[in-house]
Amino acid sequence: MIARRRRLVLVLGIIAGVAAAGGLALQAFRSNVTFFFDPTQVAAGEVKQGQRFRLGGMVKEGSLVRQAGELEVRFAVTDFKREVPVVYRNVLPDLFREGAGVVAHGRMQADGSFLADEVLAKHDEKYMPPEVARSLKKGETRSGI
Amino acid sequence: MTPEIGHYALVLALLLAAAQALFGLLGPVLAQQRYVQAVPFAVAGQFVFTALAMACLVNALVQMDFSVRYVAENANSALPLFYRVAAVWGAHEGSLLLWILVLSVWTVAVTLRSRALPQRFIARVLGIMGLLSVGFLLFTLATSNPFLRLDPAAPDGRDLNPVLQDFALAIHPPMLYIGYVGLSVAFAFACAAMIEGQLDQAWARWTRPWTTLAWAFLTAGIALGSWWAYYELGWGGFWFWDPVENASFMPWLVATALIHSLAVTDKRGLFKSWTLLLAISGFSLSLLGTFLVRSGVLVSVHSFAADPARGVFILAFLVIVIGGALTLYAWRAPGLRSSAGFELTSRESFLLFNNILLVIAAAVIFGGTMAPMVSDALGQGALSVGPQYFNPTFLLPTLPLLALVSVGMHASWKRGNLSRTQRPVLATLALAVALALAVWMGAYGTGSLMLPVGLGLGLWIILSSLVDPIDRLRRGLSLSAGVLGMSIAHIGLGLLTLGIAVVQTASIERDSALVVGQSAQLGAYSFRFDGVEPAEGANFNATQAKVTVQRDGVDVAVLQPQKRTYWVQRNAMTEAAIKTQWNQDLFVAMGEDVGKGAWSLRMQVRPLIQFVWFGAIIMMLGGIIAGLDRRYRQLKPVAEQEPNTVDVAAGARTA
Repeated sequence: MIARRRRLVLVLGIIAGVAAAGGLALQAFRSNVTFFFDPTQVAAGEVKQGQRFRLGGMVKEGSLVRQAGELEVRFAVTDFKREVPVVYRNVLPDLFREGAGVVAHGRMQADGSFLADEVLAKHDEKYMPPEVARSLKKGETRSGI
Repeated sequence: MTPEIGHYALVLALLLAAAQALFGLLGPVLAQQRYVQAVPFAVAGQFVFTALAMACLVNALVQMDFSVRYVAENANSALPLFYRVAAVWGAHEGSLLLWILVLSVWTVAVTLRSRALPQRFIARVLGIMGLLSVGFLLFTLATSNPFLRLDPAAPDGRDLNPVLQDFALAIHPPMLYIGYVGLSVAFAFACAAMIEGQLDQAWARWTRPWTTLAWAFLTAGIALGSWWAYYELGWGGFWFWDPVENASFMPWLVATALIHSLAVTDKRGLFKSWTLLLAISGFSLSLLGTFLVRSGVLVSVHSFAADPARGVFILAFLVIVIGGALTLYAWRAPGLRSSAGFELTSRESFLLFNNILLVIAAAVIFGGTMAPMVSDALGQGALSVGPQYFNPTFLLPTLPLLALVSVGMHASWKRGNLSRTQRPVLATLALAVALALAVWMGAYGTGSLMLPVGLGLGLWIILSSLVDPIDRLRRGLSLSAGVLGMSIAHIGLGLLTLGIAVVQTASIERDSALVVGQSAQLGAYSFRFDGVEPAEGANFNATQAKVTVQRDGVDVAVLQPQKRTYWVQRNAMTEAAIKTQWNQDLFVAMGEDVGKGAWSLRMQVRPLIQFVWFGAIIMMLGGIIAGLDRRYRQLKPVAEQEPNTVDVAAGARTA
């Protein structure tokens, strides 16, 4: 009898633990997932105020500006319909260049620019993030490059 | 000519693998002793032809036969010999061939090492492994043949991806694959036991060394990959929750759980169906990892080329293998219940908690890794899950897990009498807390609360792992390889915990634009930029910076990071410079020329980061020592209970 009660306690404890872990994981998931938006969606106001998200598209040709000797760079991310100005204050990745695909993590600022804390360009020059490719296909009006 | 030989060798290997699967699985059912006896020959033949195919591919790469597409795409005449060989697993087709060869080697090892086991059982194990081999050989021949020719031949190759031209990465895939594929042995043992409808303690003892060794290689493979990402990709950390990292980490967590639950099944005959489930899911996650990496569904540095045909094939294979195994499980596992009891504070209980927590950890990672794909497939938008999710949810099960290691290690089987082992547990805890507080105050004054907690847990695990071996040695008792290996692996876990706790909370990172002569201050260290100069390597040109690191005005290190341009693939590549001291790494990676003579530099001070990989290597050593315990090899030849044919027929009827 005692053994059975012990086992019951054990099983209930395990269930409670698993449930708690599941709940917390779900909570962490909900508050920490970042969504992908392209410049058109940003312009349409689909991003909630202050929400952290991933901005993806192509780096617009001729948009890269840097104050000589400073770390801070500014460039525009475009989907060939709309564009979003981006500010970044860290070292850019190796494959970052104008006219190439890019994904930036960060938030919109009050002045309408996107403050990135992480910028990703992929290792393969032929590679384009699938979500960027899809977003560009939706746009279809490829001119620029 | 050799590529064609390789191609035919693969076809022959496929036929032999099919024979191995058929004879191995049908022999026992049809009670055909001749079939059963034919299995080892099929195994040997398959190995010979797979090895021949591999030799042909290596030869094509070393000879730089650019009429072979794989060679033209992944090598170049300027590529050093070592990397030409490593290019075998530098891309999709070659790494599949490596997967098959590794599976074949494991199969040969099982055949050689299991002569004392019932022939029928081993035939089934080899039959299952043959099925897996058939799947992968079909996949390779149908969608990913490394021996395809180019007509006309390319004048020179496109070269191996520069990020892959590195020593650690050259040995990372083989290690990882030995681990991944090694889990197929436990999987095959589990399936064979379910087919037989019989699972006893001896089964667990047979399965244990294979699982432990596979786990050890998996540990080494993951650690090498993490080390490579640290110094080669210049990401400056040891773990990024990249989907491909997760893909290798999930099977590792489940394999760790499996090792522990096998111990219970071996010693006490408990947890039988749970052990089976872990054996199935461990290998399933390995396959899933292969699928995630190879099908191109992942956005990651590791994804090579996306090819939908491959994705569909692997997915179908995955469904057949996992679905088949789980169906077998649903059918047979209910018959394998064990009824022995144990108390709440017995070792069985602690191992049960260990298993639950490890599986929860694997589950939260699984959720975070699969969510983007699921969301994408359901048209719910492209979401991504990062460290903000993984770090807290992973800590949730692992903190109690680490806290339970020391107590569980000293608990006795079956009975829950903790008082006998209270003293060493409490004494080591007190010592660990004191040491952790001293180190926290002394060396890392600030930092989050995670630092002393992690330090304390790590030290507690290390200290309490020493108690048992020292005690036995002092009393003149023998120390079995199993216990020694366990203690060493746990010490490795403790070192790893120390490393992670400190590097995650006490690192200093800074990106700055510096002109020549200018310094950046990181904690007690100043990094002075001394200018750039051109440099040249075997197959690249580089710009090399010189950065002098000082502490209190004394030079500590001169770091020379490079920005490389490889001749063939023209992409810029950052080569970080790292000064490793026993207690910290000083790290500099070059950004770019930002004008006015200034360069952007990424600088970091990472305390105890080497403990992460050092701890992992110690864990691997512990695994190897435990896996080679003589106890597992002293297998008394298990006599077949009845004349073979009758027994087999009876087995078939009850099946």
